[in-house]
Amino acid sequence: MIDIDNLSVVFGDGENRVLAVDQFSLRVEAGESFGLVGESGSGKSTVLRAVAGLLDTWTGNIAVDGAKLGRKRSRDFYAKVQMVFQDPFGSLHPKHTIDRILSEPLIVHDLDNREARVRDVLEQVQLGPSFRFRYPHQLSGGQRQRIAIARALILRPRIILLDEPTSALDVSIQAEILNLLDDIRTQLGVTYLLVSHDLGVVAHMCNRFAVMRQGKLIEVAESAHLGTGALSHAYSRQLLLASKGYDRALVDTFADL
Amino acid sequence: MISAPFRNWLLSDTPDSRFQARMGRFYLGWLTFAKNPLALLGLIILVLLIVMAIFAPWISPHNPLSGELEDRLLPPSGKFFLGTDENGRDIFSRIVFGARTTLYIIGLVAVTAAPIGLLIGTTAGYVGGWVETALMRITDAFLAFPKLILALAFAAALGPGLENAVLAIAITSWPPYARIARAETLTVRNSDYLAAARMTGAGPFRILFGHIMPMCVPSLIVRVSLDMAGIILIAAGLGFLGLGVAPPQPEWGSMVAEGRSQILEQWWVCTYPGIAICIVSLGFNLIGDGLRDVLDPRGK
Amino acid sequence: MVCAMFSTRVENKMTQTPILDVQNLNVRFDTPKGEFHAVKDVSFTMGREKLAIVGESGSGKTQTGRAILGLTQGRITADRMTFHGSNLLGLSPVAWREIRGRRIAMVMQDPKYSLNPVMTIGDQLIEAGHRHIGTISPRQRSLEMLEAVKIRDPLRVFRAWPHELSGGMGQRAMIAMMLMAEPEMLIADEPTSALDVTVRLQVLAILDDLVKTRNMGLIFISHDLNLVRTFADRVLIMYGGRVVEELPARDLYSATHPYTRGLLACAPEVDNPKKRLAILNRDPAWANPPPRGGR
Ligand SMILES: Nc1ncnc2c1ncn2[C@@H]1O[C@H](COP(=O)(O)OP(=O)(O)OP(=O)(O)O)[C@@H](O)[C@H]1O
Ligand SMILES: Nc1ncnc2c1ncn2[C@@H]1O[C@H](COP(=O)(O)OP(=O)(O)OP(=O)(O)O)[C@@H](O)[C@H]1O
Ligand SMILES: [Mg+2]
Ligand SMILES: [Mg+2]
Repeated sequence: MIDIDNLSVVFGDGENRVLAVDQFSLRVEAGESFGLVGESGSGKSTVLRAVAGLLDTWTGNIAVDGAKLGRKRSRDFYAKVQMVFQDPFGSLHPKHTIDRILSEPLIVHDLDNREARVRDVLEQVQLGPSFRFRYPHQLSGGQRQRIAIARALILRPRIILLDEPTSALDVSIQAEILNLLDDIRTQLGVTYLLVSHDLGVVAHMCNRFAVMRQGKLIEVAESAHLGTGALSHAYSRQLLLASKGYDRALVDTFADL
Repeated sequence: MISAPFRNWLLSDTPDSRFQARMGRFYLGWLTFAKNPLALLGLIILVLLIVMAIFAPWISPHNPLSGELEDRLLPPSGKFFLGTDENGRDIFSRIVFGARTTLYIIGLVAVTAAPIGLLIGTTAGYVGGWVETALMRITDAFLAFPKLILALAFAAALGPGLENAVLAIAITSWPPYARIARAETLTVRNSDYLAAARMTGAGPFRILFGHIMPMCVPSLIVRVSLDMAGIILIAAGLGFLGLGVAPPQPEWGSMVAEGRSQILEQWWVCTYPGIAICIVSLGFNLIGDGLRDVLDPRGK
Repeated sequence: MVCAMFSTRVENKMTQTPILDVQNLNVRFDTPKGEFHAVKDVSFTMGREKLAIVGESGSGKTQTGRAILGLTQGRITADRMTFHGSNLLGLSPVAWREIRGRRIAMVMQDPKYSLNPVMTIGDQLIEAGHRHIGTISPRQRSLEMLEAVKIRDPLRVFRAWPHELSGGMGQRAMIAMMLMAEPEMLIADEPTSALDVTVRLQVLAILDDLVKTRNMGLIFISHDLNLVRTFADRVLIMYGGRVVEELPARDLYSATHPYTRGLLACAPEVDNPKKRLAILNRDPAWANPPPRGGR
């Protein structure tokens, strides 16, 4: 479904040059839920943004659904690929009502029956019609993230890119959102590419996952291996160890693998 | 002040329509504004100015355009509240009619300069690259001259007359708005909600007008209302130098100018229009300050 | 060790008087719809320790933290609120300036909103540390702090604009800013939520060392119960603006309050996969004040 081949992304030049993604290749099958974990600043969001067409410069090949992608994406592409951002407070326009936020994609894509579609999608994310004309600041973080998911769903995409969709939410809301994402996937058969720092979330949500470090892909593994600890790369094992909780002595053993 | 059901409708957490949501937001803004007594004073001044302009023929006791020569330079009295000028015209009536000119000027400047500045600033900020460089250099070039001097130059080039004065002022007023709009655009252009807007497949125009401009408008409104005082003064300055309104149309600035030769003996001729200018400028300043509290996105 | 580079200040030996003493703190907002009571009768004292506050979104964690610094927009009332024995209630703006950012610092929840988008990270760091007097240049110090929070390329990040950083790098820049100020007490509002687990632990180790070697007090606001259990000394659990349970962190898994137990059940675990995550059924009674003579 998503084929990334030799993707490299460079930001800045001269002293400020940074190779954010370095010859990254990955294949995500249709209907799969694929996790992306790794060091902070290792280029996970950048990979997602490159797939989403939010970056101007990258090299390599990205194909979605067999079709090779260029720099500029068509409207049809966005009917197929949508994204949910990490920060529920930053991803909804503060001066638009929920109704406007959800109608906007419909208007751009010239779809009819907007009222009904907005109401349906609100129901799908378990928010009643009473939310329709509120402003984002009248919603809690979890409710906002539901709206962000609803916006991603409303065009009925095949792929949803999820950039740390629950890291700003507390555990009880996270559980609701993850259950919701699970239901959507079983009902609609969409493909997920999910970035998360929480290995518990990855183990719960994903079939397979990849580990990234300094722009490079270092390992792809089955999520089941998280439970057994059967990971091949030392950095992956260090991540797994660190996810068990804080231990001052353990921190001193961390190596720059 | 307003009935309880209406208030509940406005403040509803679950509005039923876009209109209700917008009105609720507006009402909340009004509540914040109304908490500030100085801002309310400013609003009262503005309302009085508008009332004065609309009902000028009924309010003014005398003809503002012509007077009797035997009434020349009379001090304030029961018949002429604020005295008369050297043509025997009632100064109070001229001030009342002058309100129309003042409103006309600031209204026109606001609806021309602000949108121009908004468009240039947001385009520069969003598009970036050479477009930004070019637009901002032009803006800087305008900003390099003192506003009054530049307005004077344009007014002199265009010739006297109210429309030309307005045009001159508008041409010189947009650059600060462009700067503000650009600064505001820079703070939002990397935001996730704009990335989300791009991911709907929307084109640059839709993003510029539908998503970026709404974020810039509040600070622009504040700035424009704070600028109104300055615009009134520039208009008065142009009038004072004979580049504004053609006589005998009453305009506060030119009224001050006409009285300047007799400022010691017949002080009322230029003092009262001067006070009118001060009060209205102050009013706009107070409104601007009040709006700042209401619209400041960081205050929320 | 990381801490060697922090200039040592005169250590206070007053472990007797608590660093922070808060009694019956309340925060109320006047909204057009009436009063909203965001923080209700919160009391705690803390010394040289790591005190965690957990609870769901909107439970008043951030408002409690901000109230200590007088930064909330709401109305603060308290029977007592003292910092090293001196009163924090009704301070003048000048007095606050002496305390905020200098003696008590706060790492804000949302780096995207708290970093100034039109100022480089370096300038913001230097500004945060502008009161510090030392031998090394502010620039040098800033770079060291960025390195301390495990930023790989400190010089580039020093020159970068906030939008050029990844989420976790922005969060670490915020922590570096706090380190620049060398506070006696730190309120960290979800400081590590966007960091990968290894860097998260490394950053927490810095805070841990500051608590141990410089007698700093730390209030650690977090959603991550497992992290809180292993990192903090004591936990306050908040619900609906009230502290519903207080217990030593290591006993978190044996908490008794149904709300705490509900939260614990929600989290997905690596080695204990579930088909479906449990969700929390809230009981409005949890938000009621405890019965008299209770706690
Ligand atoms: N617009 C940009 N300009 C310059 N550098 C950038 C830009 N966006 C990202 N980078 C750099 O690219 C690298 C990768 O960033 P990215 O956001 O992909 O990391 P990430 O893996 O998502 O990290 P995190 O887990 O902290 O969110 C970082 O070093 C970052 O500084
Ligand atoms: N300026 C304000 N006016 C009115 N209510 C407010 C204001 N700021 C915060 N609140 C309310 O105070 C309550 C507590 O908010 P607080 O930010 O402390 O929550 P929190 O526990 O930090 O949640 P989160 O985990 O989402 O950060 C919330 O219900 C919030 O809506
Ligand atoms: Mg990221
Ligand atoms: Mg908070």
